[in-house]
Amino acid sequence: VKLNRIPERSLMSGWIAAVIWACLLVVQISPAALANVAVPLADDPVVERRLIVISEELRCLVCQNESLAGSRADLALDLRREIRTLIKGGKTDAEILDFMVSRYGDFVLYRPPVKPITWALWFGPFLLLIGAVVVLVRMVRKGQRNEVTPVLDAAQRARAQALLKDSERPS
Amino acid sequence: MKKTLLIPLGLFLVLVVFLAIGLTRNPSEVPSPLVGKPAPAFTAPRLDAPDQKFSGKDMLGKVWLLNVWASWCVACRYEHPILMEFAKTKTVPLVGLDYKDQAVDGLKWLARFGDPYDLSVSDLDGRIGIDFGVYGVPETFLIDKAGVIRYKHIGPVTEDAIKTIIMPMVRELQK
Repeated sequence: VKLNRIPERSLMSGWIAAVIWACLLVVQISPAALANVAVPLADDPVVERRLIVISEELRCLVCQNESLAGSRADLALDLRREIRTLIKGGKTDAEILDFMVSRYGDFVLYRPPVKPITWALWFGPFLLLIGAVVVLVRMVRKGQRNEVTPVLDAAQRARAQALLKDSERPS
Repeated sequence: MKKTLLIPLGLFLVLVVFLAIGLTRNPSEVPSPLVGKPAPAFTAPRLDAPDQKFSGKDMLGKVWLLNVWASWCVACRYEHPILMEFAKTKTVPLVGLDYKDQAVDGLKWLARFGDPYDLSVSDLDGRIGIDFGVYGVPETFLIDKAGVIRYKHIGPVTEDAIKTIIMPMVRELQK
């Protein structure tokens, strides 16, 4: 009985410590968490929805493989705030994208605009495809022409025929 | 050997050249659309005297450098001694933009490492930085007499960049 009591007590005090720690953590974390996450969501949901649609089209320049909507970089936060202000100011989506492009260049757009410098980018793959199809068609046609040229001459053909006839007879 | 068989090899070599050139470029350096355009207008409080305002227009008629820095920016510490050396030459006015930084921290930083700037202004909320297309600190803009941005240096300014790019441009623009 005595042996049992000691681990029991330590188990109990362990539990109490865990509960106290949990309380401390909740008290410490929650105000910060609320300040960082809840405030933007409390804004006008229509504005927030437009913000997400626009910022998904935009690259975060700090972490270039993330969209402005998904990035947690400081600059992304600031730019989302900026876009929110523009939306509330009644700007159209095109005007907001222009605002970003005029500051950071076409690189912020995930869909690069079609203009002379991006022609190779937009139409290059189709040119390559057309070229490949042309080459393929030519090669196939050439192959077909090669098939027509006889592989055996007349004498060889006659011999082959004779052999084939032989094998058809029942032995 | 048929000549047509060399075509794929030729195409492959072209591809290799393109990829090799691509490897030498730094993807984090995004060319700014602002180069060749008038610098965005701004008015901001001076870091050392917040009641005094500085405007980009105050520098019209001068070739000058705008250096974006912050006390929290680690790369700025690498750049700092180079700017200190540059400031000694008194070539052009050097204006600091203390980006997203508390004035107290900025001033403390300058007191600790030295102040190469003719003056610094405070951009507490980063709004001026956004207008200048700043996406990483430090960044440096070379602005001409008419207030047009002529060059943007992304990342810490190096001795090499000062010698081979900035100084020749400054000399040209000061004519």
